[in-house]
Amino acid sequence: MTAMMLSLLFFGAGALAAALPGRFRRFPAGPLAAVLGSAAGLFSGLACLLSGDAWDFTAAWRLPLGYVHVGEDALSALFVALISLVGLLAAVYGHGYLGRDKGDGKKATSFCWFNILMASMLLVCLARDGFLFLVAWEIMALSSFFLVVFDHEKPGVLRAGWIYLVATHLGTALLLVMFLLLGRGGDLDFSRLGASGATASVVFLAALVGFGTKAGFAPFHVWLPEAHPAAPSHVSALMSGVMIKTGIYGLLRALSFLGAPEPWWGWVLVGIGVASGVYGVLFALAQHDLKRLLAYHSVENIGIIALGLGLGVLGSATGHPVVAALGFCGGLLHVVNHGIFKSLLFMGAGSALHATGTREMDRMGGLMKHMPVTGAAFLVGAAAICALPPLNGFVSEFLVYAAAFTCLSARASVWSGLAVIAGLALIGGLAAACFTKAFGVVFLGEPRTKLTACESPRSMTWPMAALALLCLAIGLSAPFMAGLVMPAAKLLAPGAAFASPVAIAEMTAGVSLAAALLAGLVLLFALLRKRLLRGRTVRSSLTWDCGYAAPSARMQYTASSYAMPVVGMFRLLLGTRVHADPPEGLFPKGASLESHTEDLMMRRIYGPVAGVLSGLADRFRLLQQGRTHLYILYIVLAILFLFLWNLAG
Amino acid sequence: MQSFLDILMILLVLLNFRLLGASQLGTCVHSVAFQAVIIGLLALLPHGLAPSWTWLMVGAVTLVKAVVLPGLVRRAMRETGVMQELEPFLGYTVSVILGVGLLAASFLVARPLRVPAGGMTQVLVPVTIFTMLTGLYLIIARRKAITQVLGFLVMENSIYLFGVAFAVEESWLVQAGVLLDVFAAVFVMGIMIYHINREFDNIDTDRLSDLKD
Repeated sequence: MTAMMLSLLFFGAGALAAALPGRFRRFPAGPLAAVLGSAAGLFSGLACLLSGDAWDFTAAWRLPLGYVHVGEDALSALFVALISLVGLLAAVYGHGYLGRDKGDGKKATSFCWFNILMASMLLVCLARDGFLFLVAWEIMALSSFFLVVFDHEKPGVLRAGWIYLVATHLGTALLLVMFLLLGRGGDLDFSRLGASGATASVVFLAALVGFGTKAGFAPFHVWLPEAHPAAPSHVSALMSGVMIKTGIYGLLRALSFLGAPEPWWGWVLVGIGVASGVYGVLFALAQHDLKRLLAYHSVENIGIIALGLGLGVLGSATGHPVVAALGFCGGLLHVVNHGIFKSLLFMGAGSALHATGTREMDRMGGLMKHMPVTGAAFLVGAAAICALPPLNGFVSEFLVYAAAFTCLSARASVWSGLAVIAGLALIGGLAAACFTKAFGVVFLGEPRTKLTACESPRSMTWPMAALALLCLAIGLSAPFMAGLVMPAAKLLAPGAAFASPVAIAEMTAGVSLAAALLAGLVLLFALLRKRLLRGRTVRSSLTWDCGYAAPSARMQYTASSYAMPVVGMFRLLLGTRVHADPPEGLFPKGASLESHTEDLMMRRIYGPVAGVLSGLADRFRLLQQGRTHLYILYIVLAILFLFLWNLAG
Repeated sequence: MQSFLDILMILLVLLNFRLLGASQLGTCVHSVAFQAVIIGLLALLPHGLAPSWTWLMVGAVTLVKAVVLPGLVRRAMRETGVMQELEPFLGYTVSVILGVGLLAASFLVARPLRVPAGGMTQVLVPVTIFTMLTGLYLIIARRKAITQVLGFLVMENSIYLFGVAFAVEESWLVQAGVLLDVFAAVFVMGIMIYHINREFDNIDTDRLSDLKD
């Protein structure tokens, strides 16, 4: 508890120090405080997870609608540890990323909001009172909005920020409804919240949509592909890596108020998981913008998390403790894993962006030669997100698969199990296609445009290296990690006798053993190659070029041409618009091809709805003429009306 | 006594009509000042003629409203050279006719209200409402910023009248707070009008909307 308070204190002091004017801005107080605060938060979270000591604290003074009641149990501690870990590395990275070229003032302002965002995220996880929770939730939304619009003078950034702000507030509106339903007597203390029967189902749906908007579940994900590319990369890493996970945390916390779940909640979660996963990875495949691609992958991974949690809910609703244990463990572990590899990928993308000045994959290429550390780290992240062993993504997806197969073998909710297996398999395949594209186009081959890329400073490469090592370490220590998330999973399956952790430990031990063998083999081959090459000259030449005499860098596969076969297969869903100007005649002069994939939900649902709303709003312009006389007349008429109404009533 | 009160009430109503029908701003300022004096008298009547603490307070308040504030408005008129409301949104004849309608509405509204008139005349409440509506009408229907300030002052007068009706004993206490606001507002408005006039060569409020967006 002391460490936690110290952490919040650091963040508060950092925000204040970064907001100081003038000369003070040269001293990097913001990043420093963020690092110190995150370290304290990480210590607090890990201490709570490892020792199992939960704490609870109620301040003597009260807020207008509730008490300052905070606490840390296993579920909170898991998220606190993850947020602090990613926050620490993102702060170091951001210090290098924003550099000096943006100006000290702007950087300091950005880090002021960064500290506030960190503190509010931790507070969201610690709050034990509905009012405090909502306040922290709103501070989190606002501070991340200001971080997103950091480059507000660039075109499109403000628009992305507004989309995010609207989406997050619509989500919050549903959360208000949820808390009103949960706190029947107006008392919003978490220990006294509860609902039953039909109310519980309504609460579940409100939580699903409200928290799902923040987390990025499929129909409510539209802000992610807008806001993540617009934000500075360390902010994208923080938002995509951990901020959207507060949505998952909120959903789980809401589930813990509702007691025994209904089976259809699990089906809904599984359905949303499959939809988000497939939708996210397909649209990721069609993108040309590296960071937008990563943002869609967040939608996909949130889908995988929802699959795990859905199986967990199903398991505890239908009385299959093994399914519940595996599902919740898989989902929670994927929360951690996604936080790590997605922030790594965003940092890698930011490093490439920093070096080349563009986010268009088709303008990059061959970066591996100039940026070996970034390239290697990005490769590790890409392999991890594709759930390849021996990295961490494999462990969590393995647990989700295991839960689904247990469903089948136990003959419990067979269809859900089948949907999860089929969905995960499809998602995994498409994700591999997508990341071979992203890594291949950006880091391999020859530079497509004249770029003078060079490796980023150490403050940016070290956090990436640390995250890449963590990816490997988690892959190799699967039983330990499963044990780490187990207490949190136990909180989520109330009442039911929980499956023996031994089975899960054995399963994950097998995974880690295989991973260790694989890593050992790779190492062995690398050593063997080095040994065989010793004393010989290595010559590099062109790859086979089909006998073509004058190859150029423009003849490489581009991002769109590589993804073309898969994108073509799903063109009905994707609705990619292609403007082709094909070569004509025997001696063609010029040709061009442009393709553009807009978000389906944005195009078909949110866009038209917003159009209708703004059309309606335009009608009210008649009333708003900008004349003070008229406004006063409105006020007088309103007063007279109320007067007469009161008399008549 | 009662008839004297009624005469004051009739005077108030007539002054309101004078405000509605006058094009010369000087006339309007004069009317507002005269209204302030009448209302001051109304506040004193329940206390009898013996000099007291209340006399001092009401006297000071009336002095500010009947002399200082109209003086400020007159100064703004002199500085801007605006003496007349030339093109109101609604003409003077129409205004007077609408004023009759407002007076009728005030009586209609006031009857079921049953506000305790504090032993004063029965028409106090309707006349108060009518004065308030007149002030609002001036703000809405006139173009010059100075007329709007006058409308503001008329409204303030009517609020004071309500004070007389409700808080018979300590009406100046309610008044002091309101007056402070109005004094500051008129002071600021006077300065504003001067500067607006210097920048834009007119003080037509409807043309201030050119500044919007």
